[in-house]
Amino acid sequence: MARIDLKNLAHSYLPNPATAADYALRKTDHIWEDGSAYALLGPSGCGKTTLLNIISGLLKPSEGQVLFDGKDVTAIPPQERNIAQVFQFPVIYDTMSVFDNLAFPLRNRKIPETDIRKRVEEIAEMLELQDVLQKRAANLSADAKQKISLGRGLVRSDVAAILFDEPLTVIDPHLKLLLRRKLKQIHSRFKLTMVYVTHDQLEALTFAEKVVVMNEGEVLQIGTPQDLFENPQHTFVGYFIGSPGMNFLPCTLQKGIAHVGELQIRVNDATEHQLGNCELGIRPEFLKLHDKPQPETHKVTIKEIEDLGNCKIVRAQLAGHSLKIKVPEGEEIPIEYGYLGFPPEWIRLYSDGRLIESSSYNPAQQEPEK
Amino acid sequence: MNKWEDNKAWFMVIPVFLVVAVSAIIPLMTVVNYSIQDIFGPGQRVFVGFEWYKEALTDPRLHAALYRQLLFSSLVLLIEIPLGIAIALMMPKKGWGASLSLVLVALPLLIPWNVIGTIWIIFMRPDIGLLGAAINGFGIPFDHTSSGLDAWITVMMMEVWHWTPLVVLLAYAGLQAIPEAYFQAARIDGASGWAIFRYIQLPKMRGVLIIAILLRFMDSFLIYAEPFVLTGGGPGNSTTFLSIYLVKLAVGQFDLGPAAAFSIIYFLIVLLFCWLFYQVLLKVGTGDKS
Repeated sequence: MARIDLKNLAHSYLPNPATAADYALRKTDHIWEDGSAYALLGPSGCGKTTLLNIISGLLKPSEGQVLFDGKDVTAIPPQERNIAQVFQFPVIYDTMSVFDNLAFPLRNRKIPETDIRKRVEEIAEMLELQDVLQKRAANLSADAKQKISLGRGLVRSDVAAILFDEPLTVIDPHLKLLLRRKLKQIHSRFKLTMVYVTHDQLEALTFAEKVVVMNEGEVLQIGTPQDLFENPQHTFVGYFIGSPGMNFLPCTLQKGIAHVGELQIRVNDATEHQLGNCELGIRPEFLKLHDKPQPETHKVTIKEIEDLGNCKIVRAQLAGHSLKIKVPEGEEIPIEYGYLGFPPEWIRLYSDGRLIESSSYNPAQQEPEK
Repeated sequence: MNKWEDNKAWFMVIPVFLVVAVSAIIPLMTVVNYSIQDIFGPGQRVFVGFEWYKEALTDPRLHAALYRQLLFSSLVLLIEIPLGIAIALMMPKKGWGASLSLVLVALPLLIPWNVIGTIWIIFMRPDIGLLGAAINGFGIPFDHTSSGLDAWITVMMMEVWHWTPLVVLLAYAGLQAIPEAYFQAARIDGASGWAIFRYIQLPKMRGVLIIAILLRFMDSFLIYAEPFVLTGGGPGNSTTFLSIYLVKLAVGQFDLGPAAAFSIIYFLIVLLFCWLFYQVLLKVGTGDKS
């Protein structure tokens, strides 16, 4: 078990990186708390796997350090780092039995056979592999194989952290749920530091205590699922998390009013001077659609309604911009035209893609104007 | 649907059947036809039943050639397969080095068989050959035209030089197909280089190695050009392998009947060995104990 510190970490696959775009992983400073479950979330090619491989030691970073419990391990090879890694495709030793597969890391470390037997049986029981221990690993299903590769990590009693690189990609949907639950059980039992790479937000949000959102080699936000949902620090986070993602309207800010073209929307913003080139972000869940004009609502054209069973997604047009509105099932949706309210407490403002702090969620504003 | 409808699909097979008949079955039947007749000349032939088969099967020279052949093919497999794997493991995995080494390794495969024989005759000549003269220069008498052992060594070197590249190419392709994650997992598991070879690379090469073993066995069992060019099967009978003996029988002595019977026996032997190999190899490394 270990706390993992990343200090000024950056990596480029090119020999002489010049611009930020040359980096697969841009400068990152971050602490992974001991015993927490993290998810690394981001689209394909955003540097998640690069970061994971640096932590496991498969990749040597071009800049910066990795510390395990304060000890610099940057130059230490993976087998001496006491980490376990589960890959996207199950990696098993085809010619070995399940037992031998699980015993392999211990045998390589010259541990006495009696201890190995005890340890393997313990892990096999926990992963529900005890019935197939004597079978050949090659003949098992993908989910059992993935359990074996997880087991090879867990079997070492000194393991500091477990890294998962999209481990459920090749697993059947109905088994994904079971396996994910197993992972959570293991986490709560061993209190291991876990890092889970995925591009599936549902997987990330259900697995992790904290989610690290990455894009283009940059860590954009680290937070609880609620944080990411309510206070995206970056427009990408707002867009990537949530289904559908956050709505964004280009605007100009002045004295608590966002000007979107001709429209004026009241926002919680303390900035006095005028600020151009901003974006107003609001989640589809928080937009209020009315059938009659109300104070501070704006007329929108209803373009499309998508019924998801438990809610409806309405696509509407406002001053030339397309917006998505999530309406609970059973609520009437006006035909053709509607009136849209923007609750100021749920509006987030972004400048240059980043959140303007003063507009963010503040407990004092929780009950606005009552 | 009636039975006629059900069986109509067989008509679709007719074109393929015709091609195979003309290319393989009819020539083969001619040989079968020869093997049961005594032929004196055009139109003069006598049915002799299995006479030629009996003769071929009891021919001590054929037995000797068969043993020689089996020893040769076994040695070929024992040398070429491990050597091929070893070379494939040493080759660079990517970059220009990979392409360059592939081309260099494949060169011997591009040379016609009889040219290879000629190259090695000159190379091994005790008087002017680079290697032959060098060996003699060290005081070790080496002459493939007078010593059976020396002729064997020469044929063996030719064969290994010519065909190990094929094993290398197959093994290399097998190695390249192993996903990187296996090596990463093995590093994390603390596996030694030997363990990586034994538990990842070798099992993953299994498929291509089966092909390599079958091809090299069949090919070496049918070896003709190299010993023919080198010494014509000599000195004495020391490099008279099955096909050399067969050609001596058929062309040299014009014993078409016995030669035809011999051909069929030869064919059946190759078929039998390949089948045995295939059956054994399919089970090796799969944990199937039956």
